[in-house]
Amino acid sequence: MALLEFDDVSVTYHSRGADVPAVRNVTLSVDAGETLGIAGESGCGKSTLTSTVLKLQPKTAKVTGEVRLDGQNVQTLSWGKVRALRWARASMVFQGAMHALNPVQRIGDQMSEPMLLHDGTLSKGQADTRVGELLEMVGLPARRAGAYPHQLSGGQKQRVMIAMALACKPQLIVADEPTTALDVMVQAQVLDVLSGLVRDLGVGMVFISHDLSVLSSTCDRIAVMYAGRVVEEGPAEQIFDNPKHPYAAALAGAFPRIGDTRFRYAPAGLPGDPPFPGDLPSGCAFHPRCPRAEARCSVTEPELVTHGDRTTACLVVQDQGAPA
Amino acid sequence: MSAPTVPPESGPLDVPAGPLSARGIIWARRRAATARFARAFGQSRSGLLGLAILVLFVVVALIAPWVFPRSVLDVTQATGQPFEPPSREFPLGTDDSGISVLALVMWGARISLLVGLAATVLSMFIGTTVGISSGHFRGWFGSALDRLTDWFLVIPYLPLAIVLATVLGRSLLNIIIVIGVTSWPGTARIIRAQTLSVEGRPYLERAKALGAGNVHQMTKHVLPNVMPLVLANTTLAVSISILSETTLSFLGLGDPDNVSWGSILEQGFASGAISLNAWWYLAAPGVCVVLVVLSFNLIGRAIENILDPREQAA
Repeated sequence: MALLEFDDVSVTYHSRGADVPAVRNVTLSVDAGETLGIAGESGCGKSTLTSTVLKLQPKTAKVTGEVRLDGQNVQTLSWGKVRALRWARASMVFQGAMHALNPVQRIGDQMSEPMLLHDGTLSKGQADTRVGELLEMVGLPARRAGAYPHQLSGGQKQRVMIAMALACKPQLIVADEPTTALDVMVQAQVLDVLSGLVRDLGVGMVFISHDLSVLSSTCDRIAVMYAGRVVEEGPAEQIFDNPKHPYAAALAGAFPRIGDTRFRYAPAGLPGDPPFPGDLPSGCAFHPRCPRAEARCSVTEPELVTHGDRTTACLVVQDQGAPA
Repeated sequence: MSAPTVPPESGPLDVPAGPLSARGIIWARRRAATARFARAFGQSRSGLLGLAILVLFVVVALIAPWVFPRSVLDVTQATGQPFEPPSREFPLGTDDSGISVLALVMWGARISLLVGLAATVLSMFIGTTVGISSGHFRGWFGSALDRLTDWFLVIPYLPLAIVLATVLGRSLLNIIIVIGVTSWPGTARIIRAQTLSVEGRPYLERAKALGAGNVHQMTKHVLPNVMPLVLANTTLAVSISILSETTLSFLGLGDPDNVSWGSILEQGFASGAISLNAWWYLAAPGVCVVLVVLSFNLIGRAIENILDPREQAA
């Protein structure tokens, strides 16, 4: 049994009388000690999908399918049980740490907050000791616990968020674009911290990013999402080096590798924007932007088909059979 | 006025990191925080001025019984002639029955300050609770609280206060309740607006993800973030409460057993002090009201500047 399983999960928002499917029939799983990367443009359902793990999706959203954490369907749990599960068994590193910290509380107090919420027997002193340990784990001096968020730099705040995610020793960490808005040097440091923690503590991690190069260096497996669906899934290196789905290829091509002559004279890019989830194109949702689209692509929606350890949803690729 | 600047070395990190007990650390932090607050307040000239005025009035209110025994207020034991202008014996003149206006004003300070503060505490408590709750709970409960606020807001304040005061009867406690119960909706409105803005921020989502319940979210995350607003409003509300007390007493709805600034004004007005040119009779309590209201506003502004960490960051 995997640590986290999405089993045919769909999330539908109800907006102005119309149903807007933000996530459609996603099936994914993460094992302990494994990192799953979820890639895709803004608005393709990455964050909506992971918000269901802690039942944090907006009240107006309808979730079908099962989200199982350790075999337990999170979506059907009672309010009290969901609260007990939040942070204690699965925690999050939020997008934009700058804003996810309360500006009027010291970071030490904010870090001990989940511990005190979930363990009534813990004294303030014990919690403070643990806060110091956690800060040192992410490479910050323990005395920084007395600082307010505005006294830290962006990278330091992001590390505080990572340390906070570890506070209750969760089995699973969801990192939602943890390195967005950080400069490359700090980004590398934060990524080092994250992958080190997964390696040393054996937790499972779901890592969301639009940056395939970041994902390929931190994740074991990558799932590429487009318009609420998984369009390609497989081992991280293969997805980045040899993407099969045209969308995954465009995403990988958007991050040139230094020294690789293929990128030098052919700057890659993908014109257009992802479709509005409430008004999806017929057939394959990607066909209006796809460089390899054929007539049938606008009629038939491709199924996810598995070849070895690669899964792809594309009619053109599937016809070619074995991996290119 | 000028925003107080906190010296950089007085950051929260100046707590000695040593083998202190957890409790020791907390107390050291609190001492440091208090010292920091006092230092910052000391740099606000307007804040100090307000504090000085307020302290003066508090001292006056406290020593009133020693300077003028209560019997001085008794009409039958009045020592002066009616409407005597200010003199050596009566620094602020006398009233229509020959009682020293200075004695009346000093005794009146006790009631005006007490009612002002107590009514404000009540009004702030109701306003903040209703405001945060109606901003936090989005469902029918929040809407119901919001409609209740609207309802209190559109009812003309003075008639409502008059009706309440009449129904409850004239006593010190009742006038506090009347003012507290009628003056909270403005606060609730402002607090609700700020709560809505705080609720939309990512750290509340974080708090939810931490497994925090509604009460925890409201008290630990929303309340500290709306607190500067509550404090700023408190000082304003004290001013309004004191003015309301004056108004209600002037209309004859105050506590008949105690003299307050409002009741002095009422008495002066009723006894024709205006046509007799006895300006001291009306000016003394009037100036007191203005000074106390001003002092609360000055203090509130200074506190607001200090307590908002974002202003310190700049």
